[in-house]
Amino acid sequence: MTAAIRPYVAVVRARFSVLLQYRAAAVAGFLTQCWWGGIKVMVLTAFFAASSSTPMTLPQAIDYVWLGQALFTMLPWSGDPDVARMVRTGDVAYERLRPLDTYAFWYSRAVARRTANPTLRAIPMLLTAGVLFRLIGWSAYALRAPSGVEAALLFAASIALVIGLSAAVSALMDTLTVATLSERGVTLLIGPLIIVFSGSLVPLPLFPDWSQPILRNQPFAGLMDTPFRIYSGHLAGRNALLALARQVVWIVALVMIGRALMARVMTRLQTQGG
Amino acid sequence: MTQIIVEDLTKEFRVAERREGATGFLRRRSRFVHALQSVSFSLREGELLGLIGPNGAGKSTTIKILCGILEPTSGRCEVGGVVPWKERIRHVARIGAVFGQRTQLWWDLPVADSFVLLRDIYRVAPEDYRRNLDELVALLDLERLLTTPVRQLSLGQRMRCEIAASMLHGPRVLFLDEPTIGLDAVAKLAVRNFVRTLNRDRGVTVILTTHDMHDVEALAERVIVIGNGRILADGTLTALRRDVLGERRLRVQFAEDVSDLDVPGAKIRQRSGRSVELSFDPRETPAHGLIATIAARYDVEDVHVDEPPIDEVVAQFYARHALEAR
Repeated sequence: MTAAIRPYVAVVRARFSVLLQYRAAAVAGFLTQCWWGGIKVMVLTAFFAASSSTPMTLPQAIDYVWLGQALFTMLPWSGDPDVARMVRTGDVAYERLRPLDTYAFWYSRAVARRTANPTLRAIPMLLTAGVLFRLIGWSAYALRAPSGVEAALLFAASIALVIGLSAAVSALMDTLTVATLSERGVTLLIGPLIIVFSGSLVPLPLFPDWSQPILRNQPFAGLMDTPFRIYSGHLAGRNALLALARQVVWIVALVMIGRALMARVMTRLQTQGG
Repeated sequence: MTQIIVEDLTKEFRVAERREGATGFLRRRSRFVHALQSVSFSLREGELLGLIGPNGAGKSTTIKILCGILEPTSGRCEVGGVVPWKERIRHVARIGAVFGQRTQLWWDLPVADSFVLLRDIYRVAPEDYRRNLDELVALLDLERLLTTPVRQLSLGQRMRCEIAASMLHGPRVLFLDEPTIGLDAVAKLAVRNFVRTLNRDRGVTVILTTHDMHDVEALAERVIVIGNGRILADGTLTALRRDVLGERRLRVQFAEDVSDLDVPGAKIRQRSGRSVELSFDPRETPAHGLIATIAARYDVEDVHVDEPPIDEVVAQFYARHALEAR
């Protein structure tokens, strides 16, 4: 580990271990997500039974739902309450006292936040939907294995990019939190957008055909839709690679926007007396 | 060697104002607040400076500019040859700072975990870290606190840990913004002793802001009084005392009734029964002469000469400059 990245790795590790302490919340979250996942699967089953031609198969849609439930906490759907607290109490001054690039520092915090919670919740969810359901005879509603080795590898790459993208959105939200002095407005504005446009609410392929080009190219598709479709084989080959490239482009763009905004916000922060 | 240079430092804040009433939000205005106006001073390496003044005087603003957190509106400022806000990252790696009303330790984690994180954030070499930590643990008596989660520490214990946290990377300059706020007597003494050791034995340059004049009395050979964003006095505490309230106080316990007490060169400040407090100017009436005069005329049991309490001196200084909290 080189000296340059040592602080950032330390921040991720420390934050990660703190977040792993919230086990009770993870159990509650797991139960909620089972419940929601069940409802979504039932709604989709009814919907697919009534439609003659669908843009994806029912098993693909079911995979999409369970992966979405398992990795729900990877979505940057709410601002970091810690950042809001630091802004309110003025502890944010200490953040500027560290010999770190503040954007990279907060990005690291976000990486921890967007990986620790899913680590706690994903495994029980995947075991339930992938294994338990089969054992009790609900195979039709169960999560399947990836559609192939290539799909599995591309899925893993895409999930890694999800972490990068989600942290970039989080860091941007944190910066907006500093600008507006509260995380609530940010969460209210961006949260619902993310839940809809990531595909968390309804799989993006089920939206109308005319909207597909737009949905494909907006940043939030890279938070869920991309890896989930790769997993079930709905996106493969060249299309899958293009989707990964779009994830990369949005990471770069959002990091640049976030950095520029933070530079401005930190000069504004000064006018409030820290 | 001069370590800190501050010249003509000025800082304006824009403060949004809102009129009263239901439609007040429609008529937003802002005004400028001058937090600092042409503040200049310099500090040699190894000096300990006490920065005092009422709330809102500009003390914290000065500290924040020196720390690189705030950018001044105009003026020059260098710490060890570096302009703090221009080379923030390089600068903050070489300084330590404690803000008494804030916390830098992680609430849910044991103190030691916060220290390890700070070690990595400041990229401290393992052997340097070990040495600094051992020294800090010994000086601040932290041995038993290291494994305690921060949320379970008392304020005094936490402040000792906060100060240790700010010194783990071995900075040569330390900024302390109200480090004794809210602490009990024992904790205050521990903080003062530590700061004194750091300054006298290790030669660390310290700038300290406080409202507790005993901190200043115990630590600072030099004091800057700041009010309404300007420096009003810069010198030793003794000089400040002499200029503002140079009188001395003589408490006398008489063995007889002294209702007709009259002492030339001294004024009666307070009396309760046979105990009387007199005030006098030592430049006009030397203490030994005064005591001799009194002892010759009356039957005296005990005498005690004292200076006015430092709080009174400072309060008088603030009153003279019509300073009050903004």
